[in-house]
Amino acid sequence: MDEFDEIVEEFLVESRENLDRLDTELVRLEQEPFDVDVLAGIFRDIHTIKGAAGFLGMGAMERVSHAGENLLARLRDRDLEVTAARTTALLTMVDTLRVILDTVEATGEEPEGDHDALVAQLAALTTDDAPAGDGPAPEEAAPTEAAPTEAAPTEAAPAEEPAEEPASPVEVPAAAAAPGPTPAVPADEHDEDDEDDASAVPRIGEILRDSTLLTEVEVEAAAAAQAVGDTRRIGEILVERGAVATDDVAEALATQKRTTRKEAAAAAATIRVDVDLLDNLMNLVGELVLARNQIVQVTGEKGLTALADTSQRLNLITTELQEGVMKTRMQPIGNVFGKFPRVVRDIALQLGKKVSITMEGTDTELDKTIIEAIKDPLTHMVRNCVDHGIEQPADRLAAGKPETGEVLLRAYHEGGQVNIEIVDDGKGIDPASIAAKAVEKGVVTPEQVDRMTDRELVNLVFAPGLSTAQEVSNLSGRGVGMDVVRTSIERIGGSVDVVSTPGEGTTTKLKIPLTLAIIPALVVSADDDRFAIPQVSLLELLRIDAEEMAGAIEHVNGTPLFRLRGRLLPLVHLEEVLGLPRRDRSVYNIVVLQADSQQFGLVVDAVNDSAEIVVRPLGHLLRHVSAYAGATIMGDGQVALILDAMGLAASAGITEGGRHLELVDGGEEAPEDVESLLLFALDPDGTGSTATRMAVPLSQIVRLEKLDAATVEAASGTPVVQYRGTIMPLVWLTELMVGYRSQGGSTELHVIVHEQGDRRIGFVVDQFTDVLDAPVSLERPSDLPGVRGSALIAGNVTDVVDIHTIVATRFPAHSMEVA
Amino acid sequence: MSTLAPPAEDQTEALGARQLCTFYVDDLLFAVEVSEVQEVVRSTGVTRVPLAPHIVTGLINLRGQIVVTVDLRRRLGRDTQGAEDRPRINVVLRIPQGVVSIQVDRMGEVVTLPHAELEPCPPTMPASDRAVLHGIHQLDDKVLLVLDVAAAIETA
Repeated sequence: MDEFDEIVEEFLVESRENLDRLDTELVRLEQEPFDVDVLAGIFRDIHTIKGAAGFLGMGAMERVSHAGENLLARLRDRDLEVTAARTTALLTMVDTLRVILDTVEATGEEPEGDHDALVAQLAALTTDDAPAGDGPAPEEAAPTEAAPTEAAPTEAAPAEEPAEEPASPVEVPAAAAAPGPTPAVPADEHDEDDEDDASAVPRIGEILRDSTLLTEVEVEAAAAAQAVGDTRRIGEILVERGAVATDDVAEALATQKRTTRKEAAAAAATIRVDVDLLDNLMNLVGELVLARNQIVQVTGEKGLTALADTSQRLNLITTELQEGVMKTRMQPIGNVFGKFPRVVRDIALQLGKKVSITMEGTDTELDKTIIEAIKDPLTHMVRNCVDHGIEQPADRLAAGKPETGEVLLRAYHEGGQVNIEIVDDGKGIDPASIAAKAVEKGVVTPEQVDRMTDRELVNLVFAPGLSTAQEVSNLSGRGVGMDVVRTSIERIGGSVDVVSTPGEGTTTKLKIPLTLAIIPALVVSADDDRFAIPQVSLLELLRIDAEEMAGAIEHVNGTPLFRLRGRLLPLVHLEEVLGLPRRDRSVYNIVVLQADSQQFGLVVDAVNDSAEIVVRPLGHLLRHVSAYAGATIMGDGQVALILDAMGLAASAGITEGGRHLELVDGGEEAPEDVESLLLFALDPDGTGSTATRMAVPLSQIVRLEKLDAATVEAASGTPVVQYRGTIMPLVWLTELMVGYRSQGGSTELHVIVHEQGDRRIGFVVDQFTDVLDAPVSLERPSDLPGVRGSALIAGNVTDVVDIHTIVATRFPAHSMEVA
Repeated sequence: MSTLAPPAEDQTEALGARQLCTFYVDDLLFAVEVSEVQEVVRSTGVTRVPLAPHIVTGLINLRGQIVVTVDLRRRLGRDTQGAEDRPRINVVLRIPQGVVSIQVDRMGEVVTLPHAELEPCPPTMPASDRAVLHGIHQLDDKVLLVLDVAAAIETA
């Protein structure tokens, strides 16, 4: 019995796979009704299921699949057209077969229910508009072609006790109207009366005919003889009739076998393995790694040269073995994406919408556990897309869009994560209506809404309790709200974000951690420790001599900026960010990284190697250390940390301001962003060596003055001067920036006069340099108070000052009065 | 102090005897429940983690699994001078937050003690030490400190 169970087990797994494939392929067939390969594939799959079901005595299953197969046969022969009704019926058949499989798995028996309705429906669709007296394919003759048209009556007979049906050969002979297709010869692998093998394996008759040894007429005649009761094989009949020589038949048989074997070889390229077995294997490999480490260690300590080579080899082999076993757990995301065409089709059909789905990056690999975890959330989001996102065809046309909506699924590696995007070109999400609903449901207060950006409002769709009755349809409203989607994604350490343009569509972006995912990385070192940097954040590698470096670096507020092809690249020393001792170097290895919208150069000791690494989580204790994306095990068994470009940039203080700037200023990249600027210099030491170039927009200045230092007076602790009949407070910019007033000792003060309302403030600088019009493209935000950031102006790195900010922070009373 | 109240699952077997795995850190004898111990391995290469919380000494490769190692000395504010060069033993513990390894100097025996004999820490003990202990057992010749692992690795 065990053996039988095993067979059933295998049958279940294989059939499920076939059914999954059928889902996708049937939808594809609907779109490309004339694709012969697709149809042949579908036919093969359903035939396999039917055959196996018959063999295992699963009558109901066999009966249902047989009905479907009959329909498919007609479709294949182009007797019938592929219509939505036929596809739906075939998909229903797939679902029914799934249910049967589930029951068989659970109880060991087929379910009680009859499937008469489905079988009848399939039969009706098969006979419907069938051309009368369809001519059988020449060599297949009566029994084979008779089967499809006769399917309904033939199948109706044994319907009463489908479960009891014996393991019969695939064609059901009982009460067949066709003249005696002999059911015997079940052992014959390529029995001529089994028409369906035509799709997979050529028949002897065909081979003989193709080899021009025979005419079609002869083959047809032999097949006809077979049909009327000749139980012999077609070869035998032909030989007997003198149409061919025995040798030719033997050769044809050999050809047939070869074809069969080729198919078998293709199937053998992959095998099914129990996940438990893999996990077990993984643990064993782990043990091996540990033992390997010890051997390597001992060999090194004892200086056993004889063992050194072997130990080295053991080392390499173990590493490769470990990597190989880890890779076995990876699966392409296509495994999940694969079922979406069916999902989309069904919903679209039900709602009367037209939707096409495109998938990109289906070969992106993820760990099996992650694949499992994202399956349901993804399905829900795809459903949502079609249900709520895509409009009715009429509405789409009215909105000037193509009638057919587009859903795009895209997966790719980025920034040490896997990104999955679900893009639709539907009606989008209206921030205002989401906001209204959120307030109504008490998810947020109106005050909170006022402070939220459109993007934040749109992301309220993930808030628990927002899904409302009017929104829940029988399609998406399956008790899984978007909040559940977010929770499931966050549970595996991912994130979800929605960006939507009303009227144009919605993009949902999932970021899935690549825990366990294998990514290409660059291995660098700093202070003798190795670190891995995911290739996705890597832009380029630079190697620069210290001398050359000195000329190409400008320091702004203590941060070195490296001039790279006209752009300013902030430099970050890896040791410094990580708090390791910094060392002098004669050569700079700079790894240029992309973090969000910001680029920066990471200075490392050495660039070692590139490697495929397996990302592992760092665990509870290190979850707050943002500089790392995880850790990995290097070839020698040692652990290396994986650097997170974004986290590093944040630690070094590079991106945060940048992000802020981007939000506030929007398109700061625009080249037409030309401003009139006053250039001036701060020179705290008066020596010129520490001079900082600065600029302020002329729009913020009312006048430039040179005042006698002796006229400065003090009023309530603040330096002031009498200026045009008012008292004007003075601010030394150097004091603001570096903490003390310039030591120049000049008797003349250079003052920038700023006016707000009727109040004036004078800013003392060390020197006015120039006034010019220049595009201000901020390369790098600053954390200095009142400095917007640094830009390349007239070929020099210049800090751009924002006087409004300084006034607001230094003289809050001033700005409030104005406000 | 909450250290007096044993965790809920312990209360069910409060009267029963528990097996404790003991180990030394400096001259202190600690114990954790045997069921918490996944395994004991000799220390291999530890990769330091810059910017990590103070108590973390680094990461080890435990057969493909990456495990954080913690030095109790650092947690107890004891002198770690020179101690870190000594070969260490990793007691790998499985706790609700994941797997963590405590670095110890040497292993003691596995002892079976009635849970009822667990005493609260003496008030003379520094509060920071008491915070990481469930309590103590008075043995014939020394005191056994029963470690509250979750508290010991808590850094926040």
